[in-house]
Amino acid sequence: MNLPVIIKFVIDLLAVLLLALGIKGLSKVKSARDANRLAAFAMSLSVVGLLSYYLGTSGIAIQSWIWIIIGSIIGSLFGAILAKKVPMTSMPETVALFNGCGGMSSLLVALGVAIFPISDGQENFDFFKSLINEVSISVSIFVGAITFTGSIVAMAKLQGWLSTPGWTQSKVRHFVNIVFAVASLIAFFDLINGNTSSIWLLVIVSSLLGIGVTLPIGGADMPVVISLLNSYSGIAAAAAGFVVDSQLLIVAGAMVGAAGLILTQVMCKGMNRSLVSVLFGGSLSAQSTASSGSGEYTNITSCSVEECALTLEAANKVIIVPGYGLAVAQAQHTLREVTKKLEQNGIEVVYAIHPVAGRMPGHMNVLLAEADVPYEQLKEMDVVNPDFPATDVVLVLGANDVVNPQAKNDSSSPLYGMPVLDVQEARTVFVIKRGMNAGYSGIKNDLFDLPNTSMVFGDAKKVLNDLIGELKDLGVGEK
Amino acid sequence: MSFISLLWVLLLGSLLGLELIGKVPPTLHTPLMSGANAISGITMLAALTLIVKAEGNVPLLIIGSVSLGFALFNVVGGFFVTDRMLAMFSRKPSNKK
Repeated sequence: MNLPVIIKFVIDLLAVLLLALGIKGLSKVKSARDANRLAAFAMSLSVVGLLSYYLGTSGIAIQSWIWIIIGSIIGSLFGAILAKKVPMTSMPETVALFNGCGGMSSLLVALGVAIFPISDGQENFDFFKSLINEVSISVSIFVGAITFTGSIVAMAKLQGWLSTPGWTQSKVRHFVNIVFAVASLIAFFDLINGNTSSIWLLVIVSSLLGIGVTLPIGGADMPVVISLLNSYSGIAAAAAGFVVDSQLLIVAGAMVGAAGLILTQVMCKGMNRSLVSVLFGGSLSAQSTASSGSGEYTNITSCSVEECALTLEAANKVIIVPGYGLAVAQAQHTLREVTKKLEQNGIEVVYAIHPVAGRMPGHMNVLLAEADVPYEQLKEMDVVNPDFPATDVVLVLGANDVVNPQAKNDSSSPLYGMPVLDVQEARTVFVIKRGMNAGYSGIKNDLFDLPNTSMVFGDAKKVLNDLIGELKDLGVGEK
Repeated sequence: MSFISLLWVLLLGSLLGLELIGKVPPTLHTPLMSGANAISGITMLAALTLIVKAEGNVPLLIIGSVSLGFALFNVVGGFFVTDRMLAMFSRKPSNKK
């Protein structure tokens, strides 16, 4: 072993260690930020290791340097700008976009190696002579393409650029996707047989498969899909590692792949959905309107913002239940102003965070942290549930299915078994909502019919602004 | 590296990933997803390898460069956005002490 090989080996080992420590550190609130920087450092280190290895062995041509610099500058610049500019509420689609680009990168590497077999310096070998390389190229292209198109569709749907086409809710979509899957399999074996031109067939059908699988999935399930696609991009990176013979790529890709799978599982549990039903069941609302739960509301009490403010003023303990609607209305800062006023009046305020509140697990915590809500006031579901009977007022802001008592009481409900917040136990519940539309699940919410529940209709941000005005008039929070 | 030893690397890497991620509070799921996503941009190493070994083959250089751009978009953007999210968490608890 010569010196460059040893140096690269040591740097790779160090990078793997630091990446593992980084992922580990990301699992604790205190260490998370440093851990993220550690992982970023490990990634830069791995680049230094690779470049120094080539400088010490085969050398790097000027032409290569030029293309390296062009690609790096453009990619980093756009990435940094987007990361700085994007609002916190758009986090799910941003992660989807980044993820799709990672998949595209793996796809392009495999494509490049497949079209122009590269020499390995000392031992010349043709990549298509080795079965292993053919398989890893195919896997890299297949997974990379699915990751790319799937992530882009997910992003477009979350941004509202794409809606769910009607035909994708019928059984036709299974047939179409099976055709794509079989076609990719045919292209795969054709490729292994040495028919290089079928690589384009593989690129096209796996891209279509990514679209076909993601398009029918409803907005509520999209976080699960993004997490799964995140796992895929790890697998694509590992496959690319086999293509260019790099252990570092394989380890890092495998770690991300495993991480994505665990996260996906956690998200499914929180929503009481199995991965199979997310992927093949289509949009939840399409099935459930046909089954139970689409009954009429009989006992809706609606009330004004003024009444709501009066009740809040008299309360000792208030629990806020923020949901997707709050994130969409970008009302987290306005909410913080309301709770500040209540706190100044000596009222205890706590935020009840359902595991899937917001648009992704943990997303609501990020949004509330952005609005300067103290971390200690965010309570997880299991911690906060016993507190509801001793609570005077619950404010439900843009949440729906996560506060539906049906999930506990009605075994025929599609929601049955999903963990929910027991808000109905509180003395008074105010539900701030745009209208009587159902939640993601399309299921009637029994909470709205209960005598201690009052509806305050309107956009979350507007209602909260009105609430600030009313509280001011009452002299709450002014000393 | 023989294929078999690369398979071992794959297996051990996966196990490591499962073990590392097993115990994460829900609060950190979004930042973790975003951070892990940035790490998956490690394909930038494969793109670099492609460019270095292209030996003046211009189409291959272009493919490699575009691939590198996509990967770095993922890596740089991913780490920055994760840092932005985590900055909001770490601010509060440290102030309280």
